[in-house]
Amino acid sequence: VNLADLAAALLFLGVVAYAILGGADFGSGVWDLLAGDARQGAHLRSQIDRSIGPVWEANHVWLIYVLVFLWTAFPTAFGAIMTTLFVPWLLVGLGIVLRGGAFAFRKFSSSVREAQLHGAVFAVSSVVTPFFLGMIAGAVASGRVPVDGSGGLWTSWTGPTSWVGGSLAVLTVSFLAATFLAADAERGGRHTLANDLGSKAFWSGIVTGAVALAAAVTIEIDAETLANGLQTRGAALVVLSAIAGTATLVLLRQRRWAIARFTAVIAVASIVIGWGVAQYPDLLVDELTIDAGAGARSTLIGLVIVFGFAAVTAVPAMVWLFVLVNQDDWQRDRH
Amino acid sequence: MLIAADQLMAARYQMALSLGFHIVLSCFGVALPAMIYVLHRRGIRNGDAEALALAKKWGKASAVLFAVGAVSGTILSFEMGLLWPGMMSRFGDVIGLPFAMEGIAFFLEAIFIGIYLYGWGRLRPEVHLRTLIPIMLSGLFGTFCILAVNAWMNAPTGFTVLPDGTVTDVDPLAAIFNDALFPQFLHMFVAAYAVTGFLVAAVYAVGMLRGRRDRAHRMGFTVPFVFAAIAALCQPAIGHIAGLRLDTQQPSKLAAMELATTTESNAPVVIGGLLIDGEVRGGIEIPKLGSLLAGNSFDTVITGFDQIPDDEEPPANVVHIAFQMMVAAGTAMIAIAAWWAWRRRRHGDSDAMFDSPWFLRAAVAAGGLAVLALEAGWTTTEVGRQPWIVYRVMRVDEAVTANPGIWISLAAMIVIYTSMGVIATKVLRGMARRWRDDESLDLPTPYGPSGELVTSGDRT
Repeated sequence: VNLADLAAALLFLGVVAYAILGGADFGSGVWDLLAGDARQGAHLRSQIDRSIGPVWEANHVWLIYVLVFLWTAFPTAFGAIMTTLFVPWLLVGLGIVLRGGAFAFRKFSSSVREAQLHGAVFAVSSVVTPFFLGMIAGAVASGRVPVDGSGGLWTSWTGPTSWVGGSLAVLTVSFLAATFLAADAERGGRHTLANDLGSKAFWSGIVTGAVALAAAVTIEIDAETLANGLQTRGAALVVLSAIAGTATLVLLRQRRWAIARFTAVIAVASIVIGWGVAQYPDLLVDELTIDAGAGARSTLIGLVIVFGFAAVTAVPAMVWLFVLVNQDDWQRDRH
Repeated sequence: MLIAADQLMAARYQMALSLGFHIVLSCFGVALPAMIYVLHRRGIRNGDAEALALAKKWGKASAVLFAVGAVSGTILSFEMGLLWPGMMSRFGDVIGLPFAMEGIAFFLEAIFIGIYLYGWGRLRPEVHLRTLIPIMLSGLFGTFCILAVNAWMNAPTGFTVLPDGTVTDVDPLAAIFNDALFPQFLHMFVAAYAVTGFLVAAVYAVGMLRGRRDRAHRMGFTVPFVFAAIAALCQPAIGHIAGLRLDTQQPSKLAAMELATTTESNAPVVIGGLLIDGEVRGGIEIPKLGSLLAGNSFDTVITGFDQIPDDEEPPANVVHIAFQMMVAAGTAMIAIAAWWAWRRRRHGDSDAMFDSPWFLRAAVAAGGLAVLALEAGWTTTEVGRQPWIVYRVMRVDEAVTANPGIWISLAAMIVIYTSMGVIATKVLRGMARRWRDDESLDLPTPYGPSGELVTSGDRT
């Protein structure tokens, strides 16, 4: 196995995990934004708090994982991405600070007004952050990040593929979040809320699918390398995503929330992996290959060992956390 | 590439602001779990309801502190690339590994904090208590990893730079286990306990000054204070060891700390004083002590600015003042700890022990002094390394971004970090106020209009 490819695969595993786990947490914030006033939104917001409260920090670490793997394994690419995409990264950073802080502050607010203020910050930054992350992905995928970091400060990340990336990111995380929240609400015995969320998941799934179709046209015109890859190496994954997405919609109509979560994860994971496979062997599309961008061999070996260490420490802990929060007891109110 | 000086200053201010903010919160992440553990264990082993209630309250407060710490830590990882792409592009693979290892620590910390905070009443008490242990260990390991990176910037090793600038022969283990690592790591790790302990104790000292001297307040004071007092006592020795490598390995930092203008053995220590036009003005000079402290011998030669090229000198006054502030604050903390020990001997754990407003005021001050020492010590090591980002390998102006947007990002950071600090304080004070007003620990979450609060019990 080529060591650089392996490091890239491990890095991309983090991207997929963050897209799903971190994504669902952001998506919850999107629904929080749309939940209405304090009275109308109380049940949904309580559910969001209950569902993402124990897990959001752990899920957030996947972003750190991605950044750290990127700069350790592919230092030049990291420098190029952070320099050219300075503006969207800055906005993502601000969004992350505001979202995390406001989420914790809202929980311990002294009054409804205070909670509304923090809640609004949490919700708006939950939309902004995945949007700009999607724009960043679009910039890389459409070959707008030159190796020397000399890409335009604004033009690099405002191309058609970036707009598609940003919109799809927000829609996808909303779809995932609604599906996850519906299952959590059902397990907590809140059937009305579960049905409401299931319906949100269904309709956001439809919109996401429609936008994805439109995105295909945009990518075809704007991001040639990516489009080629998606039609060849990545084609199977695109098809898998479409099938899993459709299956999710059917399951949602049948109110089988718990299973719908899994197909939804497959739909999102396969399209994200499809992106990675489509741009392989490029790290920065049309600019830098994985091999050319790889750092020192000794460090890549070290990184694989660190990953192995993570697999036997952090992963079991993560599994335990998810098992715990999926117990009925953790979804019910404690009195 | 020539970078305007003010561009560099903006980047350095932003890094200083975000690190200066995060470093305090990271102290809580490292040290608070151990203090919670002591109380939680006392609560379930001795059936001490007051200790258990304190553990629960501190857990809730830490939920706020850890959340802000997690996001401010994330910003730092962004800034490595946004502000210093020159360093990361060239040395990312030399020094990235400890960051990756820290990622594991961060995962474990975040996972077990989630489990601990939501585990009340859901996990068996003994299991629940034990979930604090991985949090403590990941704080220890995470500190080690981050300080490995910072120590490497002071004592870079584990690579070769070819004449054309290419970095080769990368040995990540050598980079991690550099000469500065262990003392720097210990100094910071112990500092985390001093900062957290004195700050938490200060909160309860304020309460006692306002007349709340019940057992819970005394316990809330004593447990963190003892942690901090022990930490404060250890710091001079650790700091001394950390300083021993400077005379040979980082002479420009030592020269700035000591305001050494001429190279000499039997060098003095100057208490106070400023370097003005190349001469030390003011201050009290203690002969020979400088050499003794720097190398455990009067014969230790301290390199002065006369032998350091002008363009390799750090801003001496900033480093000197910061260093002396750290030492002064550390000494004051030890004095306050001694005062505590003396009162404790006389009064035991009684109400009378705290019947001295001046002692309580001093204990409140210790919280501030601990933060002052932390920030001053960190300023000493960071500013003392200037103008290098990687000592004698890469200058900060070679590493900084050329991005003109940096002033805007600095302004945004100032606004956001200030409001985060203010809001976090306000929220924590609001929690304390409600706990005082109402004995029940579960705070209702006010998602609904008043009158129909969603008072689900798992607002832990």
